[in-house]
Amino acid sequence: MSSATAGETLLAAQSLSLERGGRQLFDGLSFAVRAGQLIQVDGANGAGKTSLLRILAGLSRYGFEGNITRQSSLLYLGHQAGVKQLLTPRENLAWHAAGEGEYANADIEQALAHVGLTGYEDVSSHTLSAGQHRRVNLARLYLSSSPLWLLDEPFAAIDQKGVAELERLMVKHVSAGGAVIITSHQSLQVSYPLSRLSLSAGLQ
Amino acid sequence: MSAPTTFRFCARLVRRQLVLAVRRPLEIGNPLLFFAMVVALFPLGLGPAPDQLARFAPGILWIIALLANLLSSDAVFRSDFDDGSLEQLLLAPQPLYAAALSYIFAHWLITGVLLALVSPLFAGMLGLPGNAMLTLALSLLLGSGVLSLIGGIGASLTVGLKRGGMLISLLILPFYMPVLIFGSAAVQAAVTGADAGPYLAILGAMLSLAIALAPLAIAAGLRISVDA
Amino acid sequence: MWSFFHKLGSPPWLFGIAGSILRWLVPITLIALAVGICWGLLYTSPDFRQGNSYRIIYIHVPAAVVALAGYYVMAIAGAVSLIWRMKMADIAMKSCAPIGAALTFLALVTGSIWGKPTWGTWWVWDARVTSMLILLFLYLGVVALYEAFDNKAAASKACAVLSLVGTVNIPIIYKSVDWWYSLHQPATIKFTDESTIDPSMFYPLLLMIVAFYGLFTCAMLMNMRVEILARESRTKWVRKLVGG
Repeated sequence: MSSATAGETLLAAQSLSLERGGRQLFDGLSFAVRAGQLIQVDGANGAGKTSLLRILAGLSRYGFEGNITRQSSLLYLGHQAGVKQLLTPRENLAWHAAGEGEYANADIEQALAHVGLTGYEDVSSHTLSAGQHRRVNLARLYLSSSPLWLLDEPFAAIDQKGVAELERLMVKHVSAGGAVIITSHQSLQVSYPLSRLSLSAGLQ
Repeated sequence: MSAPTTFRFCARLVRRQLVLAVRRPLEIGNPLLFFAMVVALFPLGLGPAPDQLARFAPGILWIIALLANLLSSDAVFRSDFDDGSLEQLLLAPQPLYAAALSYIFAHWLITGVLLALVSPLFAGMLGLPGNAMLTLALSLLLGSGVLSLIGGIGASLTVGLKRGGMLISLLILPFYMPVLIFGSAAVQAAVTGADAGPYLAILGAMLSLAIALAPLAIAAGLRISVDA
Repeated sequence: MWSFFHKLGSPPWLFGIAGSILRWLVPITLIALAVGICWGLLYTSPDFRQGNSYRIIYIHVPAAVVALAGYYVMAIAGAVSLIWRMKMADIAMKSCAPIGAALTFLALVTGSIWGKPTWGTWWVWDARVTSMLILLFLYLGVVALYEAFDNKAAASKACAVLSLVGTVNIPIIYKSVDWWYSLHQPATIKFTDESTIDPSMFYPLLLMIVAFYGLFTCAMLMNMRVEILARESRTKWVRKLVGG
């Protein structure tokens, strides 16, 4: 799935500082993300988890201090599903704006099957529920070849079975030499060493 | 599996935008309907005297086309911003310049090209002489490309704002003015039997400059809007 | 050189240096304005064709010249802010827009007052008037865009992009409007033939242009100082400064 060798640095952050509305969300935050790491970002609501992920992804370019070096391609899943209502799940994945890859039809069907959307490949997405939209978005994880995944609350609106499936996928990804940074209010039930990133104390 | 080449990615984006437009036909129909209705306003406002309408026809047709384009530009990036696709577009490994150009190209195909194709019909209703029809369509074809590119700049800067609709007109109308001047002058020249070639050439030059520079501004605007 | 750049990025330093520039620039500007106005209005001979009404050029021309230059100052500050991510350039750019809009408006109003005795009407769609009107729209666009954003850092970046787009477009707009006017008015008399202006009229005009540049700089620096205080209102040095 991924080509990165274990232990290789995929992303490094040097002394990140962010201030929002007069509040210092984090200050002098430095860490390196290596292949094989599964990292959960800790923090309460409004602590700056989403802001950090957006900075790491490169979506926030102004307003923070510090440096980011990205050594690999990355896949970012944000709060919004990025699913077009007027396209079918198959089209959504095949023509995705992220421009990651050109997927064969069989691969797309397989990915949609993994997220439990078999039979929904060619229906218009506006007939799907919010949870199903998120699942279409999560299907990108099965197609992705990016070593580094940045997942912002991927479990939101996903049922228990889906969460377990997603946890298995993440473990498989990091075992194969990828890395995952995830924010979530749930604690992950994984059989893999979980690193924690604290916005005040750094990576532990 | 490797990332698609820039060209293939752009072709994919254009196709995606066109499919989206076709599945919501009203979006394609709206500018045309707007064009038709505003054409009907002018005889009501100016009086139905055919010679008077014919005299003003080049300017009227160009102003309506410009407004139709303006009203549709606001939507170029809005739905992608709302559903999160825009974030993903910014993260794509392909250059954003090319992606922005693809979006504008799709917008031009849906609005500018269609307007140019149907414009002779409405021009006939206003009494524009037949010998100016081809020039009208050509000038709209070239000019609406510039309008779409400039409109894209406005759209990219206001896409993150909740009420961008009115603001976008204030931002981009001044930049539309040179296009209006040369577009209507081309049609005027054709009406009087003069050579419209030079005017069309200037419109073409504007289009070339806009293709080279506008996507840079659009890309910068999109990054700022997604960041805000 | 680099240390100078770093200092430029420091709000307290810039606030202080703007203050000390203002301390001598304001009196000089006021004196230049007073001398220029008296010289122009009282001590130059009336124009042989327009009589005394031409004297409004001592306000009109400087306002128009500086209004146009102000747009370029704004765009350059915007480019600096985009390229080097300098916060203080944001503030400089943001401070230019309302001043430039005011000067453009002043140029339009004085032009209109001048137009009444000269052309017999308050408003003509002449090439220069039209271009100035478009310049006013461009300035107002920047002001409106800035106000529309809640996030002021993003607002500055967006305005910087818009003013750079404007910089590329202004020559095109001016040339188009010039050409448009010559097409529709093939044989009109040129009312403002500046090449034949008499030296006795030219020197006070030059002084007024310099004074208007001073006025622009003063207003911009004052505006910047206010904006710095507003943006840094939570920092220690501002609290200390205002004694809070």
